[in-house]
Amino acid sequence: MRLLVIEDDRDAVDYLVKAFREVGHVADAATDGEEGLGLALDGGYDVLIIDRMLPKLDGLSVIGKLREKGLEVPVLILSALGQVDDRVKGLRAGGDDYLPKPYSFSELLARIEVLARRRVGRNEETLLRVGDLELDRLSHQVCRGDQEITLQPREFRLLEYLMRHAGQVVTRTMLLENVWDYHFDPQTNVIDVHISRLRSKIDKGFSQPLLHTIRGAGYMVRDGAR
Amino acid sequence: MTALGKLFRTTTFKLTLVYLTIFALFAAFLLGYFALNTRRLITEQITDVVNAEISGLSEQYNQGGIVRLVTVVDSRARRPGSNLYLVSSFAGQPLAGNVTSLPGGVLDEQGWVETTYRRIDEAEQGQQQQARPEQQRAPHLALARVYQLPGGFRLLVGRDLEERERLYHIVISAGRWSVLIVLVLGLAGGFFVSRRVLRRVDAMTDTTKTIMQGDLGERLPVAGTGDEIDRLAENLNAMLERIEALMNGLKEVSDNIAHDLKTPLTRLRNRAEQALRTARDESDYRTALDGTIEESDGLIRIFDALLMIARAESGQARENMTEFDAAEVARDICELYEPLAEENGLVLRADTKEAALLRGNRELVSQALANLVDNAIKYSAPKRDAAEAGAPDILLGAGAEGDRILLTVADRGPGIPEADRLHVVERFVRLEQSRSRPGSGLGLSLAAAVARLHGGELILSDNHPGLKTVIALPRAGPVQTAG
Repeated sequence: MRLLVIEDDRDAVDYLVKAFREVGHVADAATDGEEGLGLALDGGYDVLIIDRMLPKLDGLSVIGKLREKGLEVPVLILSALGQVDDRVKGLRAGGDDYLPKPYSFSELLARIEVLARRRVGRNEETLLRVGDLELDRLSHQVCRGDQEITLQPREFRLLEYLMRHAGQVVTRTMLLENVWDYHFDPQTNVIDVHISRLRSKIDKGFSQPLLHTIRGAGYMVRDGAR
Repeated sequence: MTALGKLFRTTTFKLTLVYLTIFALFAAFLLGYFALNTRRLITEQITDVVNAEISGLSEQYNQGGIVRLVTVVDSRARRPGSNLYLVSSFAGQPLAGNVTSLPGGVLDEQGWVETTYRRIDEAEQGQQQQARPEQQRAPHLALARVYQLPGGFRLLVGRDLEERERLYHIVISAGRWSVLIVLVLGLAGGFFVSRRVLRRVDAMTDTTKTIMQGDLGERLPVAGTGDEIDRLAENLNAMLERIEALMNGLKEVSDNIAHDLKTPLTRLRNRAEQALRTARDESDYRTALDGTIEESDGLIRIFDALLMIARAESGQARENMTEFDAAEVARDICELYEPLAEENGLVLRADTKEAALLRGNRELVSQALANLVDNAIKYSAPKRDAAEAGAPDILLGAGAEGDRILLTVADRGPGIPEADRLHVVERFVRLEQSRSRPGSGLGLSLAAAVARLHGGELILSDNHPGLKTVIALPRAGPVQTAG
């Protein structure tokens, strides 16, 4: 993946570029809004990571100018302003995701991978399949092999989100935001309990587990046989 | 500026001057008008009397000739305080009457004349009593009419004008005095009122100076008269009250932030130091680093909560108020926490039958309720009594009561002693025991801040046993304090 980081804190930029390289991505960096806009307009990036407060041209204006020029590249906004209304403002300006500082790298990485994938696989399939697990988004039916699995509505949405991002790390915050639509920190890890319930429904009694816990990051639905 | 100069510049004093001028002019005009009219009225009366007298006397003359006229005039002239009479011959020789010392030529022309005169009896007295010469020297003024009788005789009938002049002078001097008194009293009153107002304004100015120097505890003096200055002072005092509360709040917040952040920061630092000192291999470092990250996550959480509370307190989140169903919020939160409760051996239920619509910040209300439920789960112990199994340990409720929406979380845990209940809702006050438990310990503070943001309150009560926490929010959202 080719990434562009627009961020004015040199230390943060160096850290991010190095970290992205370690997990196999190529990352360029710009330290002010104008430079960043120039690089982004040259194109070729899969995801842009833009800080909100930048010298010369602020992050939201950079996004606005990109969208004006018709660039559809996914943008993740980084910001020290993490309240709900700040997030809404950022998303309205044309950002695709919003991550308040301070963030953990695993969270950032998981979100970037989801953003990049969304671009590739835009078409919304109605039947999601991971290994022998099938989820029909229209009939709301879930089967593993020839066995039908009954899920609560929220469990269904949870599994649907995980399966849509199969093979990708999904963090707890991402689940809380996308499945429950909450943007606050519930303090206790309520999500873990929901996951373990779901796991007992889809993995219990099967030799091959599909729902994996990624330590220090989140969860992933993956066909382990492959 | 001198004290007097300051006084003369006050609005009150200027107003006094304006009104004083208007009033003095009015009084002068009124009295002048009165004086002139009185004078005219008296003149008219004299004219009437004289005319009647003349027509009467000329009748006598016509009937009885000059002899009869002289007799009649003589008898009339002798009455005390009577009119002035003079009958003269063609040559100007006085034949009868009580008037002397007329200036020359008065009798030559017919018609009305204002003239000086002396009464004959007075003149005689004056000659006898030399002691009062001033009477001789001052002739009286009279209004008289000279009438030409057929046969060359002239008849003069007149009336003394002293009465008229005296009245005129009384009125004029009354006018002068009253204008003077109005001016003096008005000026004194204006002076007094201005000084009083000025003193109060000066006192207020002094107080504001003290306040500006940083003493927010000062209050403007209120005289207790309920007038406009008092009302102003009361309103300003209310404003100061609010500012002081906000400032104190701010100070308290920063003190608490310092405390809440410094404690975990110290732990973080200690851990890193200890790892440097004692770690032997990579796995030791790894453990220490994991601990460090965990600790900093906790710090971030506390920081977020504090920011959140500060935002709620400052009212910034008021922009995002929408209409939503509190019952739905309660159901969603129940659904989110239900598995966690079950894992802890507790039964969590939501009892929401009817929709409870209200205007507010849905996200914040959800978070506040989540905090309360989280607390309830943390502090509740699973019950051992088999007979009660199935009954909810934690009950979530949402309903309307009057014009308020109540979001209730009732648990059967240890509760909070009554003495501590009020205390615990206060901003950033926490019971010592809650500091040692997991979580930021800001849950109740945040819930209370959210309630206050919506113009509502957080109520803690006894659930017999356990704790009942209620977020009471006004249906219509926060009322603007200005209204």
